[in-house]
Amino acid sequence: MRAADILTASVLFVFGGVVFFDALRLGIGWGTDGPKSGFFPFWLAVIMMASCLGIMAQGARRARAGQFVSREQLGPVLKVLWPATLFVLVTQFIGIYVASALYLGFYMRWVGHNSWRAVIALSICLPIVTFLVFEQWFLVPLPKGPLETWLGY
Amino acid sequence: MGFENLLLGFQAALNHQNLFFAVVGITLGTIIGVLPGLGGANGVAILLPLTLRMPPTSAIILLTSLYWGALFGGAITSVLFNIPGEPWSVATTFDGYPMARQGKGGQALTAAFTSSFVGALFSVVLITLFAPVLADVALHFGPPEIFAIQFLTFSSFIGLGGGSPLKSLISIMIGFILAAVGLDIVTGQLRMTFGITELMQGFDFIVAVIGLFGIGEILLTVEEGLSFRGVRTGMNLRVVLDTWKILPRYWRTFLRSAFIGFWMGFKPGGATPASFMSYSFAKRFSKHPESFGKGEIEGVVAPETAAHAAGVAAMLPMITLGIPGSPTAAVMMGGLIIWGLQPGPMLFKEKPDFVWGLIASMYTGNIIGVLMVLAFVPFFAAILRVPFAILTPLIVTVCAIGAYAVHNSMIDIWYMVLFGVMGYVFKKLDYPLAPLVLALVLGDHAENALRQSLIMSQGSLGIFFTRPIAAAITLVGIFFFAMPVITPWWRRLRGKPAVLASPPTE
Repeated sequence: MRAADILTASVLFVFGGVVFFDALRLGIGWGTDGPKSGFFPFWLAVIMMASCLGIMAQGARRARAGQFVSREQLGPVLKVLWPATLFVLVTQFIGIYVASALYLGFYMRWVGHNSWRAVIALSICLPIVTFLVFEQWFLVPLPKGPLETWLGY
Repeated sequence: MGFENLLLGFQAALNHQNLFFAVVGITLGTIIGVLPGLGGANGVAILLPLTLRMPPTSAIILLTSLYWGALFGGAITSVLFNIPGEPWSVATTFDGYPMARQGKGGQALTAAFTSSFVGALFSVVLITLFAPVLADVALHFGPPEIFAIQFLTFSSFIGLGGGSPLKSLISIMIGFILAAVGLDIVTGQLRMTFGITELMQGFDFIVAVIGLFGIGEILLTVEEGLSFRGVRTGMNLRVVLDTWKILPRYWRTFLRSAFIGFWMGFKPGGATPASFMSYSFAKRFSKHPESFGKGEIEGVVAPETAAHAAGVAAMLPMITLGIPGSPTAAVMMGGLIIWGLQPGPMLFKEKPDFVWGLIASMYTGNIIGVLMVLAFVPFFAAILRVPFAILTPLIVTVCAIGAYAVHNSMIDIWYMVLFGVMGYVFKKLDYPLAPLVLALVLGDHAENALRQSLIMSQGSLGIFFTRPIAAAITLVGIFFFAMPVITPWWRRLRGKPAVLASPPTE
């Protein structure tokens, strides 16, 4: 917990530092029409970096009990995170309809150990329902890929 | 005069289309409240882009009904599954889950829904009475007063939010910084884009909400394993009627909790402390405090009344001052801006049909809501019995669609994943997420108010202390801000041991 606390605060400190220097570039003083663009971000960055230093000092002084995440906990978390990330990556290239069907099918087979019949049935239903609800009913265009182009959308 | 307006509002809320939207909203909201990873805030966020083509009154009725539904749904998971969907339902699990384990799940749920309803109704009546008065006062506010209120909003997170004040402060700063990314409309300069075109559009709060509360919440939930387990409901009309016969006995608890809920709720971050406070008060005033935590019905009544009263009260500052009292209210306020309405006191003057339609729909929505959840609890509880392997991809897909629909841009889905990881880490390390979202929504607003105030005063911060209303608000803000420092010192002075002033967050 302690290491994670200090590490996060350091990352946020660096983030604050980036904002700090960008604010200096923009100008933090008084312009022709009031405070310059960097005025507000400058003070935000200053308060943020000061608070991060405070957290680091606290963290170094008294250690908090417990682990940030145990091995048993991290397993399922990653089992959700990496397929979701892969799904987003695939969506970028072949559109959300095919990607969501593959994602659902893969997950049902891999985690749920469902039968192929259930996997295929649901994986076909999902994009059709999504299409009807969002594209047809609410008129919200969703990311599409080669398959949709081939189908004429 | 207010009464006529309310009647006008009821006419709007009771037409067929809006009643239909209320029913749809409550159904979706309850489902969303039951599902892990989809709470009120990101349910509203996902649905927001879909309401663009609707008339604003119908749109807000749909979204607020979704919010009521999510509040009811949270009670179902707390009681039957011991999973608090939102931080303010944590206290409901203390007695709700033991009751369900003893086969009194139906009683616990009836008590929870009825208490939610009573709490909500109490707050709506107070909103009806006070909103117009508050809006009238707020009409005379200039930039210094507006900034002072923003300051008060965020300092109340630091003073009352519980947890580490430094971490609350960091969350607020991150929200403001993310809001500042992109084009500065006052000077026309690009800020913090570092020449990257994608950063020019800035960070949308909807995407942040979906990532932080949606994806982040799922990651946190699955730590305990890839499944959800629950107790059966045992709910029928007989149980409902029998429970209703007992409940009037607790009228004192109802009244006290509703009051605590309203009082804490219209300040930001108030719902969670309100529910804990109300629970501990109920325990202290009870004749048999030892039965609390083992399945005492009063232990369900107290936190639920307070949490729902607070949830409704969070709408009061949104419609009168343009400051949302909770993350969900913040997302709704973003909605008002998208629909072309300016949240704040002018709404009462310019769009009375909208405001009063909204207030009237709080009455109708909660009445429809309590009847629907009472009737369909088994159906809603069954949702969590859908296998995890199907539920998770569905939730992630819906979140991705919601994020994409904001600007039709792929980068937003990536931001959603990033915000999801960030939400997970922040939750584990006790960084509060609500102030971050509020700061992201209010960022431009707060900065403009500050700039205009400083222009008025030629750059002196004294302006926040010389105008009477601004000064009063600023001083209260400074008091809240200093509370984490004052409280331990005050306790030591009175010779009491330093106890955690705030309830433990889960």
